[in-house]
Amino acid sequence: MNASEKADVVIIGGGVTGTAILRELSKYELKCILVEKELDIASETTKANSAILHAGFDAKQGSMKAKMNVAGNRLYHELKQELDLDIEWTGSLVVATDAVEMETVKELFTRGRENSVEGLEIWSAEQVLKTEPNLSQEVKGALWAPTAGVCWPFGMAIAFAENAVINGAEIVRNCTVEGLDVVDGKICGVRTSQGTIKAKYVINAAGVHADEISRLAGDNSFTIHPRKGEYVLFDKTAREQMVKGIIFPTPSKTSKGILVCTTTHGNTFVGPNAQDMDDDDKEDTAVTPQGMQEILSSARKLLPNIPVGAAITEFSGIRAVSSTGDFILGESEKVSGLIQAAGIQSPGLTSAPAIAEYITSIVLKKEPDIQKKANFKRNRPKHKMFHRLSHEEQAELVRENKLYGRVICRCETITEGEIMDAIHRPCGGCTVDGVKRRTRAGMGRCQGGFCGPRITQILSRELGIPVTAVRKESADSQMFYEKDQKNGGNA
Amino acid sequence: MMENLYDVVIVGGGPAGLSAAYSAYKNGAKKILVLERDREPGGILQQCIHNGFGLHHFKEELTGPGYAHRCMELVKDKPEIEILVDTMVLDVQADKTVIAVNPEKGLMTIKGKTIILTMGCRERTRGAIRIPGERPAGVFTAGAAQRMVNMEGYLPGKKIVILGSGDIGLIMARRMSLEGCKVQAVLEICPFSNGLTRNIVQCLKDYDIPLYLSHTITKIKGKGRVEGITAAKVDDKMQIIPGSEFDIDCDTLLLSVGLIPENELSRGLKLKMHPLTNGPIVDQHRETSVEGIFAAGNVVHVHDLVDFVSEEAEIAGKYAAITAIGSIGAKTQDVEIQPGEGIRTCVPQHIAVSEAGETVRLFMRVRQPMRKVGGGEMLFTKMLPVAKPSEMIAVNLPAEKIEQINGTIQVVIKEV
Repeated sequence: MNASEKADVVIIGGGVTGTAILRELSKYELKCILVEKELDIASETTKANSAILHAGFDAKQGSMKAKMNVAGNRLYHELKQELDLDIEWTGSLVVATDAVEMETVKELFTRGRENSVEGLEIWSAEQVLKTEPNLSQEVKGALWAPTAGVCWPFGMAIAFAENAVINGAEIVRNCTVEGLDVVDGKICGVRTSQGTIKAKYVINAAGVHADEISRLAGDNSFTIHPRKGEYVLFDKTAREQMVKGIIFPTPSKTSKGILVCTTTHGNTFVGPNAQDMDDDDKEDTAVTPQGMQEILSSARKLLPNIPVGAAITEFSGIRAVSSTGDFILGESEKVSGLIQAAGIQSPGLTSAPAIAEYITSIVLKKEPDIQKKANFKRNRPKHKMFHRLSHEEQAELVRENKLYGRVICRCETITEGEIMDAIHRPCGGCTVDGVKRRTRAGMGRCQGGFCGPRITQILSRELGIPVTAVRKESADSQMFYEKDQKNGGNA
Repeated sequence: MMENLYDVVIVGGGPAGLSAAYSAYKNGAKKILVLERDREPGGILQQCIHNGFGLHHFKEELTGPGYAHRCMELVKDKPEIEILVDTMVLDVQADKTVIAVNPEKGLMTIKGKTIILTMGCRERTRGAIRIPGERPAGVFTAGAAQRMVNMEGYLPGKKIVILGSGDIGLIMARRMSLEGCKVQAVLEICPFSNGLTRNIVQCLKDYDIPLYLSHTITKIKGKGRVEGITAAKVDDKMQIIPGSEFDIDCDTLLLSVGLIPENELSRGLKLKMHPLTNGPIVDQHRETSVEGIFAAGNVVHVHDLVDFVSEEAEIAGKYAAITAIGSIGAKTQDVEIQPGEGIRTCVPQHIAVSEAGETVRLFMRVRQPMRKVGGGEMLFTKMLPVAKPSEMIAVNLPAEKIEQINGTIQVVIKEV
């Protein structure tokens, strides 16, 4: 980035919210720059969540969460086609195990209808167990929501980002916001670790840090409280013993509860719990013994025979819980031109496209002369995934590019061709985890044991940097070190 | 796509695959294909640059690459044996069609009269044992770190803690010390080591590396890179004893917490699997539940010594060749071998008895360490000074004894 740049809009934060907004704004004749403090986009809350597109029956009637959820869910149908998103509309069940819970399920049914959720049904125990035979025999009934789905969450943010870049938007990673310039109550610039960007509008999509960003401009009207959720992810081989769709327990007042859920690639996860963290502890994504015990024992109430030995990884994410209890969407009342997209916890992933439209409409209202781009490209080029092709298509692909014939990730059958594509595409992967999120290499049962070192070497080769300069995820996550020549050197 | 009919197609070119290929050749197979996914044959041996291999099989002490070289010498320059490297097998079908891919030849459809599965094993990971804490860089399986150090020429870190006292963990403790790294500790959750005795002595004691038995890790610290771990003592039920926690400073955690036979292709084939070995159930010829599909080496059960891998693979190679070019002969009865008291696993799991009459060698692992073991009034007994879960026990069951069996035999081990 140049020392001093100028943009119409700067978006702070490269999660699914920020990238969705960037993509929406890239439809218009606006110069937009997204800044992300990490080495890659989609590397915080967007990478660690339940990966569910919620139907929209949870949120309180009339809330922003309810509106954005239902609208966002609908928008994903078109986006799936345009951006080649990984979404499966599996439907979800909220399962009751006693009469009291059954009452709550019925309330959710009513609330869902008021939120305009389509297709809701109350199911009997027989219907539930016919669809999900591994669930507990204690099941009394459930709420069926056919419009819910599972998705590849970071894949969405990456798709939004790629498409935005193709349409002229700019993404600057490893770029920390250090200050916001406000003159006469109006935002005019963003000071970053890579220089200052003059801007007419700043969109705050900084996730768990959104309150800190807002304070930089002098707006301390809200706070963001971190709430950790832990997960256990299971191997595909356990699928037969698991569930086909999304299974929620009956929710409590504070949480949707610990669910059992399939993924778009045939794994299963259980989680999340809800652990309130100290307000200054927004980076603690450690998984805890207590947390893992909590989610496994809770999940056993729904699915008694969880094959614990088939666990392949555990992770946690931080929810950005706002002090208002709802999404905070709109222009700051204190600082003109500062537009908040803050407090985006669940159902944030589902809501992202609707939030993007809403935030864009605010900018357009203030800039009525801005035109749509005549040459906007709706579609993102398809990234080939070798393991999803037929043998005939695989043979054809290797004939075109022989690197698709070299399997690097053995567990998920990810080829060198796919890894090269992930590195060299717009806003491409530049870390081991960045390649993982774009290709699935390292997401299988060996969790990168075999392929991690090889991907490190491919990144080194393709980016023209030493192996010791390759990072796993953050700037301080060096993978490998040089040998000390005194001790034998390269044996 | 190339289409070809082979007598024997071998999936995996490690010690098992190469030994099976040589044995198939010696036993008359004329067209043998070995498919190896790495850039050269030899498997994990290529990264095991320490010595201690080959004492049984080649009657001399070799390094891992040395052992691999010996295996290669036996199969090279033989027009009957073809080896394809950089080749990944995507699918094996019950009709013995193999789909494989490599960059130069593209997608291949290969037919075998018989197939031998020799895919080896992989290491259990952090996720499988659910170690709490952050997920920074610097957590590696010991084998992945070994490859990086010995083959690629980089260090996984400088200050090391190793969880698990399996042989790879112990070998890596010594290797990292030789590279000038500081190995802070080896932690083992069991009250006994899971490695060979000689490795405890030569890799830990000789380097003053502390071994904490009945200990595990309760937290990995560090957001970007490992900054340390918290260790704790466990009770006899392997539960953490509260208050016993202490911190160890390190930038790297290596895991040597078990090996798992790599049976994705076997599962695709719907072979009958054994729940404790995690490998296919085999008879004494190492034929699986699908006729004409054999398996040998660490894919069947994790071995302690590569010498036994070769021995087992030679059995599989021989009978795959005999099956491909003729017939093994009619089976007169099937004897099931049940692990009884003290025995965790026994391979083969059953004996297809034929009129040929053959000695069958049983490979067993015990449940826990024992001293002076043997049996009582039995079909056949053998005395041993010690028995450890980490070391395989091999016993020959003579043909005349097998003839006396009706239906099932039990293998048991007792302290006497």
